[in-house]
Amino acid sequence: MSDAVRDFRFAVNVTPREGILDPQGRAVEQSLPHLDVHNVSGVRVGRRVELTVSAADEAAARAVVERLAHELFSNPLIEAFEVVALGPAAAAGVRA
Amino acid sequence: MTVRIGVVVFPGSNCDADTLHGLRVVGAEPVELWHEQADLGGVAAVVLPGGFAYGDYLRAGVIARFSPVMRAVSAFAAEGGLVLGICNGFQVLAEAGLVPGALLRNRSVRFAGREVMIAADHDRSAFTRGVPVGRPLRMPIAHGEGCYYADDATLDELERSGQVLFRYVDAAGRPASDPADRANPNGSLRAIAGVMNRAGNVAGLMPHPERASEAILGSADGRPILQALVDSAREHAAAGRRHAPGIAVA
Repeated sequence: MSDAVRDFRFAVNVTPREGILDPQGRAVEQSLPHLDVHNVSGVRVGRRVELTVSAADEAAARAVVERLAHELFSNPLIEAFEVVALGPAAAAGVRA
Repeated sequence: MTVRIGVVVFPGSNCDADTLHGLRVVGAEPVELWHEQADLGGVAAVVLPGGFAYGDYLRAGVIARFSPVMRAVSAFAAEGGLVLGICNGFQVLAEAGLVPGALLRNRSVRFAGREVMIAADHDRSAFTRGVPVGRPLRMPIAHGEGCYYADDATLDELERSGQVLFRYVDAAGRPASDPADRANPNGSLRAIAGVMNRAGNVAGLMPHPERASEAILGSADGRPILQALVDSAREHAAAGRRHAPGIAVA
């Protein structure tokens, strides 16, 4: 069926851009000696958004995710993002 | 002549009542603008108050940016209408791209609720006219994400074009340019506490002038800032003017 709509599951990983101050990452890093860990550096804290998009194909679904990642999930001035396809949504299957 | 100024109320705004009161104190007729309304009702200026719009989820200000009222505010700003964002309102304006830069988590990673000193960089804007330049003004801050950030080229340009309106200063009025200075409460680059857009009609400010608008509140230093907005809005209304006020750079 050409008009079949399927569910696609994605994750968007948002992280502070390189060179941008990340006070959360720094606070985490500074806490590590309390766990007796002394060989970890470069901690950066971001966020991950997972979502399901109903679309005709993965490219169309990905386009929606890219737009949301750019306009809503991240602030391009200070954050970078990557979109990861998680494959067909688990409980979804094909919908007419 | 009374001048009507809209105060936007988002779910999670918590300084709207203070802002309405502060505007009344300086002679304006403030009106509430609900976040779902797409019409500003002919107000002469708009204030986005402090708070935690939409719970500050995702990033402070970003969800508010897409509300119906913000579409109206963006159109109003594009026509030269005066818009001032205070604290969370500043974050909303930055997320909407209506003022330059971004507000990062405070360097301390702590919510900062205390009094600070700021000083106006100049008085040649709609938001600083009549504000004593360089004199420390005492008013509260209350934010977790107030660390002003823009890249170096943007910061240079903001300074060159007079878009920096307020900086955090010490008691002597010296800008707390070292982000580690205690007078700089959140680590803002170049001690920036308030900026405006290039056209000079949209401004954001992290500290709360409305919480320092009467002596009974402990400080009336914020009052000239509210007064500047009201005076500018009154002129806009009188002139029926909808073009950007611009800025006279000395």
